[in-house]
Amino acid sequence: MSDLLGPAEWAAIALSLKVSFWATLASLPLALLVAYLLARCNFFGKQILNAAVHLPLILPPVVTGYVLLLAFGAQAPVGQALAAFDLGFAFHWTGAALAAAVMAFPLMVRAMRLSLEAVDPKLEDAARSLGAPPWAVFATLTLPLSLPGVLAGAILGFAKAMGEFGATITFVSNIPNQTRTIPSAIYTFLQQPDGEQGALILVAVSIFIAILALVLSEILARALSNRIGGRDA
Amino acid sequence: MLDLKLRHQIGAFSLDLNFQAARGITALFGRSGAGKTTVINAVAGLITPDDGYIRVGDMDLFDPARGVNLAAHQRQAGYIFQEARLFPHLSVAQNLRYGMRYRGARPTPDFTDIVEMLGLGALLQRRPAMLSGGEKQRVAIGRALLAAPRILLADEPLAALDEARKQEILPYFERLRDEMDIPILYVSHAPTEVARLATEVIMIEAGRIQAHGRPSEVFSDPHSLPAGSREAGAVIEATLTAHHEDGVSELRNTDLALFVPRLSGDLGRKLQLRIAAHEVILATQKPQGISALNVIEGTIHSIRSGDGPAVLVAVDTKLGRILARVTRRSAHLLGLDEGRAVYAILKTLSVAREDIG
Repeated sequence: MSDLLGPAEWAAIALSLKVSFWATLASLPLALLVAYLLARCNFFGKQILNAAVHLPLILPPVVTGYVLLLAFGAQAPVGQALAAFDLGFAFHWTGAALAAAVMAFPLMVRAMRLSLEAVDPKLEDAARSLGAPPWAVFATLTLPLSLPGVLAGAILGFAKAMGEFGATITFVSNIPNQTRTIPSAIYTFLQQPDGEQGALILVAVSIFIAILALVLSEILARALSNRIGGRDA
Repeated sequence: MLDLKLRHQIGAFSLDLNFQAARGITALFGRSGAGKTTVINAVAGLITPDDGYIRVGDMDLFDPARGVNLAAHQRQAGYIFQEARLFPHLSVAQNLRYGMRYRGARPTPDFTDIVEMLGLGALLQRRPAMLSGGEKQRVAIGRALLAAPRILLADEPLAALDEARKQEILPYFERLRDEMDIPILYVSHAPTEVARLATEVIMIEAGRIQAHGRPSEVFSDPHSLPAGSREAGAVIEATLTAHHEDGVSELRNTDLALFVPRLSGDLGRKLQLRIAAHEVILATQKPQGISALNVIEGTIHSIRSGDGPAVLVAVDTKLGRILARVTRRSAHLLGLDEGRAVYAILKTLSVAREDIG
């Protein structure tokens, strides 16, 4: 296998994993917070928040990427301000991670919101009657009971981030070792006369990683639902 | 001591009542939809009433006039729900200990004492899904007690259980009533349960208090339940005085003996006995050669008729006031009327075991 994978292929795979990992990890707390707000709270502007979260799912990825470019690009005020602190996203792998995170966000929020809504509020009332303050109710009850859905959401988000192409290439282009993730690398290979073999290998790697993620999430979900369903291990 | 005054409007339903509850079990009794659960949810802080106040001992839980409205977790109100509501991802032991970390420095019951009292020793490592309904409810009781509550709230805690499981749980509530030094608000629509457990009964109808007193007072009022209801029945207080070898136990109130099916318990124990009104026969002359062991002399206090074929006759006896549910036709044929001397006849075997406690 290692003979088949040249340095360009390895670089794309490593970069994709890095980008997706950080995209997922960084957006997880925010996705959980938004999912909790949507599942449990009533407030002014809830529907607007809901729509905003879902926007990247509906918009063409190129549009999302272009909006990111307008907001965080090297010419944009925010991008320039961040660049002054050496935190720029433009043409940098963190930009690819940002694009992946934005695109994966709605999927993560949806999965988490569903699993949070599945937790019986009556159990939360019982916990409060036992003296548990709101943060403790969330930490000891709501979160553990919805963990399978939260993890499923994270894995879904990771898989989405691995596959992100349109927004990434629009926002941070296709720079080897910086922003050339697996999809961008496959696209690049297909532009070259002799690139077909490299593309096929990366396609196989993509399929392998996707299946691995699916199997992993299935095993996790089953173990957790057994634990939470209250059956003795 | 719980001191409470509530005013609350939900759509067309309005709640407007105030009462006090001392230690022991105060039963909130009434039909479903009467507002019983709203009252204890207000005490627990799960709903916020429109107006009023709620105090437990020296602690203000709710008093909008003074800007007080404690959050549910600050109220130190233990809540036993109808459906146990155990935490499914935690073991029995973890469920029991759940409230212990939030109870602060309050003096608290000992974990092993509670486990022993409720017979939970063998269940500690189990998950709630592996428990029977009665076991779940015992764990829920233990969990509430170990949080060291200043008041205990129970919302139809037996309603989801079958008859055998009810009999398993009832004695624990009797112990709580007799041993705990806190008020217990107990919501129920089952006269049997209330008659057996309650120190005081508050009858609630359409958000208002209909009657408030000892079970023997409230349930002997023929107006407390609809005349058509099979659930009518007076409650009398008596002392267990003898266990006879033929399987009959003897209760006494003043000098009158009452024979009931064999009971457990020590002689001298005070009991509340519910006599179902439809099991009582009335006679205008003392019957001779009759198998029923209890023939009780009395005077008719009042008669209440409803729309159906039955009337409720309140008879004053040495045991206390007894209710008899007879047909309108019998009442007419016998010429029953207020002040008339009658004999109330009660078969020993028609006294249900679960009506005595």
